[in-house]
Amino acid sequence: MTSPRKALVEVRDLKMHFPISGGLLRRQVGAVKAVDGVSFDIFEGETLGIVGESGCGKSTCGRAVLRLYDITEGSIKIDGTEIGTMGQGQLRRMRPKMQMVFQDPQACLNPRMTVAGIIAEPLDEHGKLSGKAKLDRVYELMDAVGLNRNFANRYPHAFSGGQRQRIGIARALALNPRFIVCDEPIAALDVSIQAQVVNLLEKLQDEFGLTYMFISHDLSMVKHIADRVAVMYLGKVVELAERDELYERPLHPYTEALMSAVPEPDPAIEAKVERIILRGDVPSPSNPPKGCNFSTRCPKVMDICRKLDPEYREARPGHFVACHLHDAGIMDNQTNAGSAGAPPRNEHKQQGEDA
Amino acid sequence: MPDGALPVLDVKNLKTVFHTRSGDIHAVNSVSFDLRPGELLGVVGESGSGKSVTMMSLIGLLPSPPAEVREGQVMLGDQDLLKIGEERLRAIRGRDVGFVFQDPMTSLNPVFTVGFQIMEPLRRHMGMDKKRARKRAVELLELVGIPDAERRLKDFPHQFSGGMRQRVMIAIALACDPKVLIADEPTTALDVTIQAQIIELVKDLREKLGMAIIWITHDLGVIAGIADRVMVMYGGQVAEHGPVREVFANPAHPYTRALLKTVPKLREPRAEKLRVIEGQPPMLGAHPAACPFRARCAHAFDRCARENPARRLIGKGHDVACHWDHRTGEPT
Ligand SMILES: Nc1ncnc2c1ncn2[C@@H]1O[C@H](COP(=O)(O)OP(=O)(O)OP(=O)(O)O)[C@@H](O)[C@H]1O
Ligand SMILES: Nc1ncnc2c1ncn2[C@@H]1O[C@H](COP(=O)(O)OP(=O)(O)OP(=O)(O)O)[C@@H](O)[C@H]1O
Ligand SMILES: [Mg+2]
Ligand SMILES: [Mg+2]
Repeated sequence: MTSPRKALVEVRDLKMHFPISGGLLRRQVGAVKAVDGVSFDIFEGETLGIVGESGCGKSTCGRAVLRLYDITEGSIKIDGTEIGTMGQGQLRRMRPKMQMVFQDPQACLNPRMTVAGIIAEPLDEHGKLSGKAKLDRVYELMDAVGLNRNFANRYPHAFSGGQRQRIGIARALALNPRFIVCDEPIAALDVSIQAQVVNLLEKLQDEFGLTYMFISHDLSMVKHIADRVAVMYLGKVVELAERDELYERPLHPYTEALMSAVPEPDPAIEAKVERIILRGDVPSPSNPPKGCNFSTRCPKVMDICRKLDPEYREARPGHFVACHLHDAGIMDNQTNAGSAGAPPRNEHKQQGEDA
Repeated sequence: MPDGALPVLDVKNLKTVFHTRSGDIHAVNSVSFDLRPGELLGVVGESGSGKSVTMMSLIGLLPSPPAEVREGQVMLGDQDLLKIGEERLRAIRGRDVGFVFQDPMTSLNPVFTVGFQIMEPLRRHMGMDKKRARKRAVELLELVGIPDAERRLKDFPHQFSGGMRQRVMIAIALACDPKVLIADEPTTALDVTIQAQIIELVKDLREKLGMAIIWITHDLGVIAGIADRVMVMYGGQVAEHGPVREVFANPAHPYTRALLKTVPKLREPRAEKLRVIEGQPPMLGAHPAACPFRARCAHAFDRCARENPARRLIGKGHDVACHWDHRTGEPT
């Protein structure tokens, strides 16, 4: 990158494991490694897209970054402040800065509260506005997200999905956050309304300088909205790069498969698209395979992949990948037949250190 | 599909109304379509356009009240599903007609294990004993790509991720090798690689078993890739219907045309701003006497407010319900 950008969010070696209990005494017998050592930065004012298959840990990662969980391990800095180890009391003071927009707008809107009440709730919790100032702020927020002020006293059930998502977004904006995790914010919406909500998110980003972590399984939409994209697989980030770089020159075989699998709304293109259909077992996050997590399904798997977990490294400037195919040391070793044993590991390089 | 083949499912003039405290909602208005053996009919349309209600009406899954399936005929082979009564319908559901619901969390029962819920139809409809049903259940879960299938039979729905619950639903629907599979947004919650696997699976089952499929989705890409025909719904009606290539290449209804422009494409350059369809969906408060799309339509003229357009044929198997002629850009 030419101009140095400021990282608003810095995540290092984040782990979120959920205990599995079993047996008569409900003892812990294992753990679901939902997020298992991820590192990334989110630069101020940018949108980092997070893609990856169902169950790979996208939501858990988003929630962990906002400390909606007590994380298992790792460090999370928001605007330089370490929140990974913060207690709930201190976190409460950080909350206004960071918000979340959820997939299902229905589920997170209290049906017994009016729209004004829902949007004002965070203001009541964290702010100390008078009744009049509060209502003005609610109206301002409704304007910002394109909800008619006359609807302020209606209840959520009287709104369409897209409108409900606007209510959710207005609420998330109430405390002037700087960072918003959008967890599949458009997945539950109609296509024509998806475009409205995405345009709205982009408009709000420009207006308020917001930073987004945008979780989605829609790669076409992520291509539209994200500046950089992280691909997750089984609890890990396997590739991260600038949007165009990632879509045009994916390095990880999983990313390649992912891109090839995206259906195109055009039967003529569809008939020609070469799809990489993945075979093999989808591993479970409670029992990840030895070596590379993707080795059980990878079309380009090598022996070493089943033994050694690839390092997450910067293969090209700003383009990170965890794959032996893109580790020169390993590949040289592979071609030198007979050289057994693990190759020397480089010092683990953190993303962003040299940005 | 051969045009001559006798349809497995033939729906005529289906009409469903909800009676609610704040008035009637005309959710489905004179919807007609058929489904031929081994064929995949894609259904798209705006949220609230009546896709789910149409399909649920077919097999008596709507609670009544508030729903009333007021009119129509639904022929499955030689029986009219609207006439045969709940008991025979129950035997048909899950055996002849498999169903994948839109929301897997509400359609999986939270208090039973996933294993129980897959084995139940196998035991009920196929008369399998516990051991065989269990074996088949593991096969089915593996088929839809759930790792650790054996162990996961003991798990409850909340222990699965959203996408995994959806795959469980698909496994249940496929359990008894149904003649007709109605899949309501079956892959919406899934990532694309698993979706691609499931689409392969469905194509395969279609060939092997001759299963006919109705696939509801908002993903035009999925439709483009798998459907033989597509039906576009708007405001409880069929706006346009035809062979998939034809509809995508020559969309005739202004709604279809706008819809095709609103989705971003992966393999094309990125647009600065996404196109949106302005305006609100229709209220459906009364039986529509006018075109439901007119308020949002760039081509609407006086007749659209007076007369609800009937479906008219504009090509081989391609019909549209619109007073505007997309070829001339003039009223018909
Ligand atoms: N509270 C929890 N307790 C135990 N396991 C959990 C919990 N929440 C999530 N998991 C598990 O962690 C893994 C990651 O789940 P997560 O919801 O983060 O996936 P996701 O990538 O968001 O998937 P989707 O695309 O389906 O939403 C899954 O295996 C899931 O079953
Ligand atoms: N139980 C109900 N009571 C009253 N109205 C209902 C009920 N169920 C559905 N409706 C109405 O029927 C109409 C059609 O709904 P339907 O669920 O079929 O839409 P859809 O096309 O499947 O939309 P989506 O893409 O959001 O799933 C909507 O206007 C909806 O509000
Ligand atoms: Mg999720
Ligand atoms: Mg529906």
